[in-house]
Amino acid sequence: MKVLVPVKRVVDANVKVRVKADQTGVELANVKMSMNPFDEIAVEEAVRLKEKGIASEIVVVSIGEAKASETLRTALAMGADRGILVKTDSAPEPLGVAKLLSKIVGEEAPGLVIMGKQAIDDDSNQTGQMLAALLGWAQGTFASKVEQDGDKLNVTREVDGGLETLALKLPAVVTTDLRLNEPRYASLPNIMKAKSKPIAEKTPEDYGVDIAPRLKTLKVSEPPKRQAGIKVETVDELIGKLKEVGAIA
Amino acid sequence: MSVLVLAEHDNNTLKDATLAAVTAAGQLGGEVHLLVAGQGVAGAAQAAAAVAGVAKVLVADDAAYANQLAENLAPLLVDLMAGYDALVAPATSAGKNVAPRVAALLDVAQVSDIIAVDSPDTFQRPIYAGNAVATVQSSDAKKVITVRTTAFAKAAATGGSAATENVAGKGDAGLSSFVGAELSQSDRPELTSAKVIVSGGRALGSAEAFQTVIEPLADKLGAAIGASRAAVDAGYMPNDYQVGQTGKIVAPELYIAAGISGAIQHLAGMKDSKVIVAINKDEEAPIFQVADFGIVGDLFQIVPEMTSKL
Repeated sequence: MKVLVPVKRVVDANVKVRVKADQTGVELANVKMSMNPFDEIAVEEAVRLKEKGIASEIVVVSIGEAKASETLRTALAMGADRGILVKTDSAPEPLGVAKLLSKIVGEEAPGLVIMGKQAIDDDSNQTGQMLAALLGWAQGTFASKVEQDGDKLNVTREVDGGLETLALKLPAVVTTDLRLNEPRYASLPNIMKAKSKPIAEKTPEDYGVDIAPRLKTLKVSEPPKRQAGIKVETVDELIGKLKEVGAIA
Repeated sequence: MSVLVLAEHDNNTLKDATLAAVTAAGQLGGEVHLLVAGQGVAGAAQAAAAVAGVAKVLVADDAAYANQLAENLAPLLVDLMAGYDALVAPATSAGKNVAPRVAALLDVAQVSDIIAVDSPDTFQRPIYAGNAVATVQSSDAKKVITVRTTAFAKAAATGGSAATENVAGKGDAGLSSFVGAELSQSDRPELTSAKVIVSGGRALGSAEAFQTVIEPLADKLGAAIGASRAAVDAGYMPNDYQVGQTGKIVAPELYIAAGISGAIQHLAGMKDSKVIVAINKDEEAPIFQVADFGIVGDLFQIVPEMTSKL
């Protein structure tokens, strides 16, 4: 079956973001950008499904500014077959992304969509669930294990109490959690090969989807700063301090 | 204005997350109703009716809702939302799973993981692992909101006397089924509602070290046990012990971080704790920048010494 993997270009996980002085957003100029880590896990899982002979073709999609093509190239270097870039001026909200993806699913007819459970920039954790809803498909969110079982997909999920396993009717949407796999580094030959893999460029208008935002960001501010406290030398001193502030009896 | 709150429960009792969601819902204004969906939920429904500030409890008792499958729950919620202005769910794994599915079916942009209600249409939510806070205004006629439960006080579990009404949905959507679960069994307090948490990092080096070093201190303090992502990835602790941006968000009275360096992703999950203690042999570890009390040294000596002296 064909597997569709949406990927997002985000501020690299190791960058400590700074809020802009005018409170309109966070500083994105000259900041290292990377593929959303959960999406890397999704690409890796798709590549493993292809290596097992379950996936026949891997199509990666990114929605965003032109530079999102770099993120697609990374996915192609990891082993995806071709890319679709839907160019937008600003990043659409999860609902808009889900609507665009549902149209792409309509055209591509994949048997499975695998995507990150959340993007580490807006931390919304919505798009996969929304896509499954719009398609009327089953959803396996926060997946730590994915196994095909005939015409079903068994997905083990990381939930608050531990793990649970669901059987999903295919086609389905799976969103990845941290422990699903460890993404590979693309080899140099594969990076070179990825340069000649095709990326189709589209716009939201091509799909007839209205991605106008529903949420207005009034401001982006610094969270309350936590003051660094003091260092103590001994356990006795530590216990004394904790008693002083009433943290322990 | 009326608000429907999706209750998190174990059939017999309500989870604390529900009580925090009720508080957030109350701040939107108007009546707050609680939906208890599941199978054999009489106990939870009774508890729901007693929550202060809840005007009505809707009970959907059906095998299709037994495992909170999003494919089955979402249509029920969508039907019920015809009579409500907002849906509020706790940002638990169950709430995060189903709420966006409802939002999409209602054609609403969800506001995830809110930490404050500024007005009925304006909310604060953390972005970039809590390194920034966005204030967002929703233009949708209906709101779908998930709530960071540590950011809201718990509604009183008693004192209310809400009417209970049975509701029926479309039942099994036939898309998914429950196969099984491996849930952690523990007599300790739940991580997200514990007053004290003792957390361990990669420096513990093994699952056994969690048992021999972290557990005795947690026992002494009546604490829950947490872990950093690195410790969970290494297999020292199960996934549900992970504290961080994409794990559990906690805000106990006392958080003791032993052998945790303090990656951004970990800090995002615990920096709202009231008092933070850091034990680390690397005096440059970022965890010390958020700790009220830091002690530089070997956790294998310091933690047992604490345990013996408390």
